[in-house]
Amino acid sequence: MTKDKRELARREDKAPIATAWDYAPAPEARDIVKIQERYGLFIGGKFVEPKSGERYTTIDPAREEPLAEVAQAGKADVDRAVRSARKAFANGWSTLRPSERAKYLFRIARLLQERSREFAVLESINGGKPIRESRDVDVPLAAAHFFYYAGWADKLEYAFPNRKPRPIGVAGQIIPWNFPLLMLAWKIAPALAAGNTVVLKPAETTPLSALLFCDVLRQAELPPGVVNIVTGDGRTGAELVSHPDVNKIAFTGSTEVGKAIQRTLAGTGKRLTLELGGKAANIIFDDAPLDQAVEGIVNGIYFNQGHVCCAGSRLLVEESIYETVISKLKRRMATLRVGDPLDKNTDVGAINSKQQLDKISALVQSGVEEGAEIYQPPCKLPERGYWFVPTVFTNVAQSYRIAQEEIFGPVLSVLTFRTPDEAIEKANNTPYGLSAGVWTEKGSRILAMAQKLRAGVVWANTYNRFDPASPFGGYKESGFGREGGRHGLESYVVLDDA
Amino acid sequence: MATAPVLPGGFELPLEPRLPRLGSVDAVALEARAATLATRSIKRESKLFALDLAIRMMDLTTLEGADTPGKVAALSSKGIRPDPSDPNIPSVAAICIYPNLVPYALERTRGTSVKVASVATAFPSGQSSLEIKLAEVREVVEAGVHEVDMVINRGAFLSGRYAEVYDEVVRIKEICAGRAHLKVILETGELGTYDNVRRASLLAIAGGADFIKTSTGKAATNATLPVQLCMLEVIRDVHEETGRVVGMKAAGGIRQSKQAVQFLVQVHETLGLAWLTPDRYRLGASTLLNDVLMQIRKERTGRYQNPDYFTID
Amino acid sequence: MSGRLPVQKTYKLYIGGAFPRSESGRTYLAEGANVARASRKDLRDAVRIARQAGGGWSGMTAYNRGQVLYRIAEMMEMRHAELAALCGGAGEVTKAVDRMVWYAGWSDKLAQVIGSANPVAGPYFNFTVPEPTGVTGILAPEPPLLGLVSRLAPVIVGGNTAVLIASETHPLVAIELAECLATADVPGGVVNILTGLRRELAPVLASHMDVAALDLTGADGDAADLEKLGADNVKRVVRGRADSQSPYDIAAFLELKTVWHPIGM
Repeated sequence: MTKDKRELARREDKAPIATAWDYAPAPEARDIVKIQERYGLFIGGKFVEPKSGERYTTIDPAREEPLAEVAQAGKADVDRAVRSARKAFANGWSTLRPSERAKYLFRIARLLQERSREFAVLESINGGKPIRESRDVDVPLAAAHFFYYAGWADKLEYAFPNRKPRPIGVAGQIIPWNFPLLMLAWKIAPALAAGNTVVLKPAETTPLSALLFCDVLRQAELPPGVVNIVTGDGRTGAELVSHPDVNKIAFTGSTEVGKAIQRTLAGTGKRLTLELGGKAANIIFDDAPLDQAVEGIVNGIYFNQGHVCCAGSRLLVEESIYETVISKLKRRMATLRVGDPLDKNTDVGAINSKQQLDKISALVQSGVEEGAEIYQPPCKLPERGYWFVPTVFTNVAQSYRIAQEEIFGPVLSVLTFRTPDEAIEKANNTPYGLSAGVWTEKGSRILAMAQKLRAGVVWANTYNRFDPASPFGGYKESGFGREGGRHGLESYVVLDDA
Repeated sequence: MATAPVLPGGFELPLEPRLPRLGSVDAVALEARAATLATRSIKRESKLFALDLAIRMMDLTTLEGADTPGKVAALSSKGIRPDPSDPNIPSVAAICIYPNLVPYALERTRGTSVKVASVATAFPSGQSSLEIKLAEVREVVEAGVHEVDMVINRGAFLSGRYAEVYDEVVRIKEICAGRAHLKVILETGELGTYDNVRRASLLAIAGGADFIKTSTGKAATNATLPVQLCMLEVIRDVHEETGRVVGMKAAGGIRQSKQAVQFLVQVHETLGLAWLTPDRYRLGASTLLNDVLMQIRKERTGRYQNPDYFTID
Repeated sequence: MSGRLPVQKTYKLYIGGAFPRSESGRTYLAEGANVARASRKDLRDAVRIARQAGGGWSGMTAYNRGQVLYRIAEMMEMRHAELAALCGGAGEVTKAVDRMVWYAGWSDKLAQVIGSANPVAGPYFNFTVPEPTGVTGILAPEPPLLGLVSRLAPVIVGGNTAVLIASETHPLVAIELAECLATADVPGGVVNILTGLRRELAPVLASHMDVAALDLTGADGDAADLEKLGADNVKRVVRGRADSQSPYDIAAFLELKTVWHPIGM
């Protein structure tokens, strides 16, 4: 006992003055996923060489390092894929017992769950998003989509009262780079559940998870040709859109390209769904639970580096709480960890491409030039790779480019309002109409706002929540058609009279 | 003798000290944020840093009817020197016990950096008259404790008699002021909603709490990550608006190092490094200490450990 | 005296995720084996446990419940041969597995087909959602596997818990199925299977005041009496078909809750 006391008298056991608590790097292991040196096109159940002979390199945007060579599908390749999908459709997929179709989709769902870590790591490496998101959001939701639509395959008659639904035929599907695997699931699951076959083109910069998915199809023993994957840039997409034997096009991407597709398809009788851009208003009332609302703002615009069509990129805050909200927001932004996407503690990952980085930088520059006030928390960015510090603009006028145009990056524009009607007016004052957020304690106000907001998805006291059972899609120039839920089946069936 | 200001039927905060808006808490969003923060991966040197802090900020606790001088003496020794085989392991912040055992804890810890905290105010239920509660506090303060952990009157709180809750804290703070620091236990497991936790936190702080504390450890639900987050947000709001520093203590149900680290990460990312010190943060625990020691040794040696190699007390 | 002596199986009840013998210690002879003869006390315990399990089961997301049912199908598929040997054969097993898969797919869709947002004449948001009824008693019909699965799946996929009385003459396949349930991540108490004599058990089940609904598809001739007993706590009584599948079989065991909320700033 005396020895203890002496020991302690020697030791200066005061409250320690820690200067920092740096979290040690906690990288997820890369070696779980095997990336091939080169990939072909997945047509008719196997990988084939592109007839175009063209290839390009896909990279890791966090390190600017090449990952693999993938094929650039040309006209002949797209034609081959569509013919394979047509053959599979005619020779069995559409006439297969729906309960058997369901079981293929259930298999795919389970396989995605079993190989979830592999897919999550690959998604982060090829796309730049933090592993925490790909692990906790992208991959589980992708599996859930297959699980959900598996259950509809043999229940279509319940989804459309008094109608006899049948598949359309061959669907051409073009998906973006922000949620590569999840967007693939959103497209393929309902299409297959309804009895269609597909040709899917992943985004130019993020082909790898789709190519790995082909191995899941092999393990699921999906009949050849039911799903065909053709990689390539916009040219491949254009070929797919204009192919005469594709019955339906589903496109998720920029509004500009969406309009071009709509023009191309005009008069052809082909079915079309579009999921395009957005400039969502995230509206905070003075009675909102403030700390949670700030979390919602952060989640709304910095989740997935802001590469989200439904991102809450305009903060509309009630003027009476403006100071409080902004000060909490800036304080919270300073705790965001930007860095290696494979580090489990990373909150904000890499920007997907140099091209996108340039676009973001240009728009941010315009914000500064037009007179908005910029704030970026101190942030040490890695040497190599494409990065952008989470940014917020205050003193923004509705007319500034940063308040009008979709930035698709971690950049928030803040505007104020005085009354609910003013908030509605500002929120709806955009050609877009994909989503909106409302933060308030008052239930009746949530419902009133939801009623008046011209947006396909309204989140109240939450943001960026997705579920396969919940229909998603836009108003106005954010596109048409819905994905998810019972409604998500509509665009993949022909509704004959019962 | 302080008296509560005359309050009308509802609850109104006094104008001084100025306090932030009452506000509401969205439970789903709060729990989601707590869950995300809990996924932080703290490894190697950053884990050792946290484990070391966890010991320095620990109130090593025994609150049993069966406590004896011998038990408290042994616990005090453990708290002073948690791991005899490793001189680098720091002492805990305090020993936390019932009033009867105060003299023995004081005796054992005299001359060391380890403080003595006593519970008081008819702990854990708080269901005694104000006079008895004040007398108990007076007794332990006279005896020389460094810290008093009181419970709020949940019966009064849940029946809406907020002025009474406030008044009790004020009166007890009067006795403690300048002699012992006051921790106010909210018993969050009984309060029902996070809105109530926020309200009770503000009440306790208004009454003069130096620390707000989650639980007695005797309820069905004690310290949880969402409840701590709710309380940390109140502490942050108070500090932002008034500059006043209030400490946080999470107590009860924290048995494993992994949990303890999660609690510390929350403090780090909500209040910052300035709060990661025994003057502003405590973990009330008993079995946690040995688990932390095992984890420290595992980090240092690379081997999973065996409880037999760590003294019980 | 050649060959290897196989280890014989003991057939017990399936209650709370475990396999206890009857508290009465009795068995009866069925299909050449000594099968547990459940007593009224076993049934009482099963209902109590089914009630306790109800909160967790109905509180799971519909997605999770669907996955559990799918996993039951996985386990049944694995035991195809064992199940086939104890019922009408491979054909019956295949149908039963596919039926379980069919019902699994309904869990996260039913609300979209049966529920609604209702356009009331006033500034109110009004919606109707289905919710589970509670502990459901089931008298399993023949065929011994397909009939059981056809009546059990719609009950549990909606979030109810079940106390099921297996076929009296062909009880073994029910216990074999219970082994599938026990390995399929089904939380203990969600399904409880009792073997024994119908005439001893059915009236107890039908009159139990904590059983909310009763599936009498497997009742022979005594359905009216059982329904009368059920009236004492206004049980929802259902008589379905032994070999059918329909979302309305699920809906039969669901309550409908309608909620109003004003719309206004």
